[in-house]
Amino acid sequence: MSENLLQVENLGKRFGGFVALDAINFNVQTGERVGLIGPNGSGKSTLVNCLCGTLTNETGSVHFDGRNVDGLVAHQRTRLGMARSFQLPRPFVSLSVAENIRVPLLYTVDARKGLHHMKPAELHDHCVEVLKLVGLEAKAHDSPRDLTQVEMRKLELARAIAAEPKLLIADEAMAGLSQSEVTDIVALLIRLNERGITVILIEHIMRAVMSFSQRLVVLVSGRKIADGRPDDVIRDPEVERAYLGQ
Amino acid sequence: MRSLPFLLISLAIAAIIFVIARLLQNDYVFFAGYTVLQFVVLATAWNILGGYTGYVNFGTAAFFALGAYTTVFFHKLYPLPIPLLIVIAALVSGLVGLGMGYLTLRLRGSFFAIATLALAVVLQTLIVNWDFVGGSRGAYVIRPREIPILGSYIQYLFLIMLLLAVAAIVTARTIERSRLGYGFATIRDDELAAEAAGVPTLKLKLIATMISGAFMGMAGAPFPYYIGYLEPSSAFGLPYAVNSIAMPMIGGTMTWIGPVIGAVLLGVIQQVATVTISSAVNLLLVGVLLVVFVVIAPNGIMGLFPKRRKKSAP
Amino acid sequence: MLVSYDLVLNALIAGILLGGFYAAVTVGISIAFGILDIVNIAHPAFIILGSYIAYLVNSQFGLDPILTSIIALPVFYVLGAMVYQVYYLSFERRGQDALRGLAFFFGLLFITEVLLILVFGVDYRYVTAAYIDWPPLHLGVIDIPMRMLIPCLISLALLGTLQLFLSRTFTGRAIMAVAQDQLALKLMAANPIRIKRIAFGISIATAAMAGAFLIVIQPVEPSIGREYIGRVFAICVLGGLGSLPGTLIAAMLLGIVESFTATFYGPSWAPAVSFGILLLTLAVRPAGILGR
Repeated sequence: MSENLLQVENLGKRFGGFVALDAINFNVQTGERVGLIGPNGSGKSTLVNCLCGTLTNETGSVHFDGRNVDGLVAHQRTRLGMARSFQLPRPFVSLSVAENIRVPLLYTVDARKGLHHMKPAELHDHCVEVLKLVGLEAKAHDSPRDLTQVEMRKLELARAIAAEPKLLIADEAMAGLSQSEVTDIVALLIRLNERGITVILIEHIMRAVMSFSQRLVVLVSGRKIADGRPDDVIRDPEVERAYLGQ
Repeated sequence: MRSLPFLLISLAIAAIIFVIARLLQNDYVFFAGYTVLQFVVLATAWNILGGYTGYVNFGTAAFFALGAYTTVFFHKLYPLPIPLLIVIAALVSGLVGLGMGYLTLRLRGSFFAIATLALAVVLQTLIVNWDFVGGSRGAYVIRPREIPILGSYIQYLFLIMLLLAVAAIVTARTIERSRLGYGFATIRDDELAAEAAGVPTLKLKLIATMISGAFMGMAGAPFPYYIGYLEPSSAFGLPYAVNSIAMPMIGGTMTWIGPVIGAVLLGVIQQVATVTISSAVNLLLVGVLLVVFVVIAPNGIMGLFPKRRKKSAP
Repeated sequence: MLVSYDLVLNALIAGILLGGFYAAVTVGISIAFGILDIVNIAHPAFIILGSYIAYLVNSQFGLDPILTSIIALPVFYVLGAMVYQVYYLSFERRGQDALRGLAFFFGLLFITEVLLILVFGVDYRYVTAAYIDWPPLHLGVIDIPMRMLIPCLISLALLGTLQLFLSRTFTGRAIMAVAQDQLALKLMAANPIRIKRIAFGISIATAAMAGAFLIVIQPVEPSIGREYIGRVFAICVLGGLGSLPGTLIAAMLLGIVESFTATFYGPSWAPAVSFGILLLTLAVRPAGILGR
């Protein structure tokens, strides 16, 4: 029986008068593969931002790996083991692709090691390994500005993977990818999961979500309306009405 | 090139510059050179925060004046040797930078910029109302005539500023190529993504503010001896802010070379303009150049050269 | 220190009148920064420009400064539109970081000040107008100088007009909307860039009037603009970005605090007040990289 890696209790977030998230409760066990779906504007990215510390939730609490992370800023949560990719890629444009990967290696992975810093050769190897995982090793010395949209999404994902997280949240990492590329990324995420990384996959591509998830969570208008086995959830009439039926 | 060879080469170049200056047998060279070197320090210092992390500091004058008034304070109390004054000024300015940063760096960049302007005015008001350092009437600091070994005092001041410039440049370059430099660059490029990647952005910004402020204060410490009479409106003058922003923006903000190029270029132009036309026109020139460059060549002169991708490993 | 009742009352009234004036000075920034998110730190420079234009016309033709500013409104509007166009083409469209935009306005601020020094010199300039020499209004122990009252009243009228414009007209509401949702605006067949240009033009036009108020209230010289940077942003932040009623209240508050400081501690401390309030507000205000 796995422990809860992530525990979200009563999470609420408003922007002025607009309620973006309303009393969200959900848990993720260590090693799980969870899919998070919902219409545009349902609050999925807001939820990710609150979990990772980019935004501060007004109500509720988040427990990660047994600790209460409320009040911790984003970089502290990343160092604890939460990593996320951004829905709209946010590369460091004045650095090369390889240097983009180097940043989380330096500031997260290496920072965890305390006084025993990685040697330059080690860093380099880690860097290359991550780039190979997403198929970007040929572009290591290019500028992010020279990448295609698809390659930028891969870089975004790679940057999150480079932080050696316990929990990886992939926010619409596959938008715009071809069929085979989607299959590749799903396979990659499953491989990472087999290595022990818990994954939350946020996607619109149902094929990917269904083939990947052990559990499916549905968010509509800031509320969780379903949480269970994927086959059960997509047959839930409320889910059909709110999301799939469109 | 690793940092130590660079430091040695820089010191060698500095020594050559000093020797040439002495050979010219003209004190004006030292007076004008001091001003240009001072700009090199200020521009480099500004760039550590403004260029590397993207947080604009309009209050260069505040830190510079802090350094200058630290000297005045001790001059009235008990005169200390300039190198010691520089160290004290670094501490004072660095601490003030830390404090100001702590108050304002959690805000967006534009709020930070406005806050730096506010700080400059608050400090100026405090100094103006503090009679011990002269208040609004100003303070006289008599420059000694001579100094052992070197001879004229202005040569001593020039040498000090030369060494400060080397220190500032070496510091900037070392930061740029280090892990810290990567962190700064990510803050500039996308602070949100930097945080998500594990970069402790607040801590790094505070470090940048401290180092930047400290060097500005160090540049200000010898100033009262250079100018002889210090009063708040000149010490806190806007030209310092404009110059320390214009020089890196014109030279290029991404590397340590940009501020140096901008400082030397603009510094020399200003010396010429002040002497041949007038000091007001000279200021106008700086302002116009700043606006023109910012609009047309956002990456400055260095930005016109193709980028070399190589960065040495941290 | 014995605090006399009439001193306090007069300081209060002076502060309120000052606040009315400050509101006119700030409203341009409330629009540019509060609504359009453009950090126009050169705004005080435009105000001083307005003051000097009022001075010129007043000294040459004897025309009332405030009247001059009303005539100058369209000129300043066009100036603002042009400045925005350059700003947009150079920075907003390129997606440049905020640094460059700030440096741009800072450069403008500096250039304006130096040009004014070159043309007019550093001497204080003042205007002559009928009501400046009128005796103050006496209300009990309170003295209300006309040179403060008239600008304050007209300033309130200016703010009222702007508020009506922003809330009742299509263009005005489009301006309020442009900060929040450019896409929605496009769908409503309004061009966001044009809307922003109009808004910025209005912002600079208000500077013309504020400049006239300034030179009626006190003599001006080129570097005065800098004192106002802190005041303007302090009021804007304190009053809540983009809210005109908030601007008015914050302006009054600042005016009162400054007035009391000047009365009881001396005028040389006044600049520190506004900038100090600004720093305090910024420090205490809820922080957040995503939040405004």
